[in-house]
Amino acid sequence: MIETVRTGGIVLLVLAGLFFTLVSTTGVLRLPDVYSRAHTASQADTLGAGLTLAGVALALGWGTTTVKTVLLLVFVFATNPTAAHAISRAAHEEGIEPWTADDDRTDEELYEAARARVPDGGQSGGNTTTADEPGEQEETG
Amino acid sequence: MIPGLSGDFVTQVFLLVAAGFMLLAVAMFYRAIVGPTTQDRVLAVNVLGTNTVIVLALLAVGLGEQSLVDIALVYALLNFLMAVAISKFTVERGDVL
Repeated sequence: MIETVRTGGIVLLVLAGLFFTLVSTTGVLRLPDVYSRAHTASQADTLGAGLTLAGVALALGWGTTTVKTVLLLVFVFATNPTAAHAISRAAHEEGIEPWTADDDRTDEELYEAARARVPDGGQSGGNTTTADEPGEQEETG
Repeated sequence: MIPGLSGDFVTQVFLLVAAGFMLLAVAMFYRAIVGPTTQDRVLAVNVLGTNTVIVLALLAVGLGEQSLVDIALVYALLNFLMAVAISKFTVERGDVL
């Protein structure tokens, strides 16, 4: 009886984690700009990872490996939103404008507008930068 | 095989879910290649790393190799370090957070 409940809990947790990671992947692929992508990557993906790792910890039973899995869960919960925050703050420092609902521009056009607004934006960054990377920029303020 | 686990059913479920996570990781490569800004690519690689950690943890149960959890732990540390380091060094300023 208790084994049946445990097996059901494991399967439920792991499938819920797969579902929320599917939501996160859909968001990162479909949402319009880098800030909303960072939003869905920090929340839905953290929830999916947490649920799946909880299922793994439940399946491993009592032991040292379970402690390591719980440690991994806590670590992912702490660092995943932190990394998304650092990335979106770097995007803000780079001068990328957030997409708004009355804006018809795509994210590529927003990126081009941000590059045009920054003086020297990616054009004379030296021979080490490619066309896709804004590279070295002058401080505007 | 993990002691105390009843039957092969859970093992099969874990391997199938790991395959599903691999499909989502392949889909995430679209954003890592196309995504117009550098931050989009860093974000996609970060999500890919989280997916890798989950797949490693699932395979630790599905294959019965418990040492894969240690590899997943190290990979999670390196993944976070990669995201913060690239966020810091693509823009020229003093602090990150």
